[in-house]
Amino acid sequence: MTDELNLSANQLDALREIGNVGAGNSATALSQIINKRIDMNVPKVALVPLDAVPDLVGGPDMIVVGVFLRIYGRAPGNILFLLPQKSAFYLVDTLMGREHGTTKKLDFMDESALMEIGNILSGAYLNAFFTFTQISMLPSIPALAMDMAGAILNVVLVQLGQMGDQALVIETEFLSEDDGITGHFFLVPDPGSLETIIKAVGVE
Amino acid sequence: MADLIRVGMADYKVGRAPSTLISYGLGSCIGVSLYDPQTKIGGLLHIMLPDSTQARASDNPAKFADTGIPLLLGDVLQLGASRSRLVAKLAGGAQMFAFANATDVMRVGSRNAESVKKLLRDLNIRVIAEDTGGNYGRTVQIDLETGIYKVKTIDKGEKEI
Repeated sequence: MTDELNLSANQLDALREIGNVGAGNSATALSQIINKRIDMNVPKVALVPLDAVPDLVGGPDMIVVGVFLRIYGRAPGNILFLLPQKSAFYLVDTLMGREHGTTKKLDFMDESALMEIGNILSGAYLNAFFTFTQISMLPSIPALAMDMAGAILNVVLVQLGQMGDQALVIETEFLSEDDGITGHFFLVPDPGSLETIIKAVGVE
Repeated sequence: MADLIRVGMADYKVGRAPSTLISYGLGSCIGVSLYDPQTKIGGLLHIMLPDSTQARASDNPAKFADTGIPLLLGDVLQLGASRSRLVAKLAGGAQMFAFANATDVMRVGSRNAESVKKLLRDLNIRVIAEDTGGNYGRTVQIDLETGIYKVKTIDKGEKEI
């Protein structure tokens, strides 16, 4: 198995580029759905200690909405789309055509809408992955939780924790033009998947 | 002045009154506390996984129940706690996302709880309070002055165990 610590600069660049195109696809999809411009930063591709991951989204006790999808196929992994609670409410209000500030609590329909957003963003993202790697990545149905960031990230980190003390995360931050929505999109390949992905990219 | 000592994920801290040990945002993880009410010495351990033998070698024994608990025990004893007076409390072990075909990985919360309880039983340490399971996150803290173990959640309120 590829030692995750020994990815070359070119390989990290390749992953960043894939992440960039994937996130670009996702941002475009989201932008068209809510009819607002979405900006995104250059994806971070980084190996981070497991216990530092919650800090990427504002600390382990920050309240967030997480949409989680498991990826099946030759390169399994996890996708997690995290929104601060306020952003999630704002997004739901936008999707449901309600005045901003209406949503104070997510009902069944709201959750369903957010899961569908997670679904669409993941599909757009994974499409880019396929273009580069020719590896089909099949997402599971989405699951949603609103809770502390640390608790939600646990789900992803536990699987990595069995293999090592660090996580390779490909992370992009979204921001809508009116600043109402910020979100973090994480793609976290299972440890064994990284080698498959790197090989498929064909970068030394 | 009572200070608040933060315990990260896969980490542990020990101390004495009037300190409070706190760990934020536990999902399937478990916060295990050991406390000696007489000397008011105690510790808090935040484990992620039940069993180090089923995982690849790690530099961090505090990540696993089977290697973390002995570590915590050793340190509270070294600080002056009495083995026979030690009592344990634990919280966490949730399953955050409900999937129809929950795999073992998804059920890690309940496996964590089982593992912690078995290990403590084998060490003859009494578990006097527990708040595990469910599908929600918890922030836990133990006040070493009183031994009160507080569990905070977002929707389910706050309780002392």
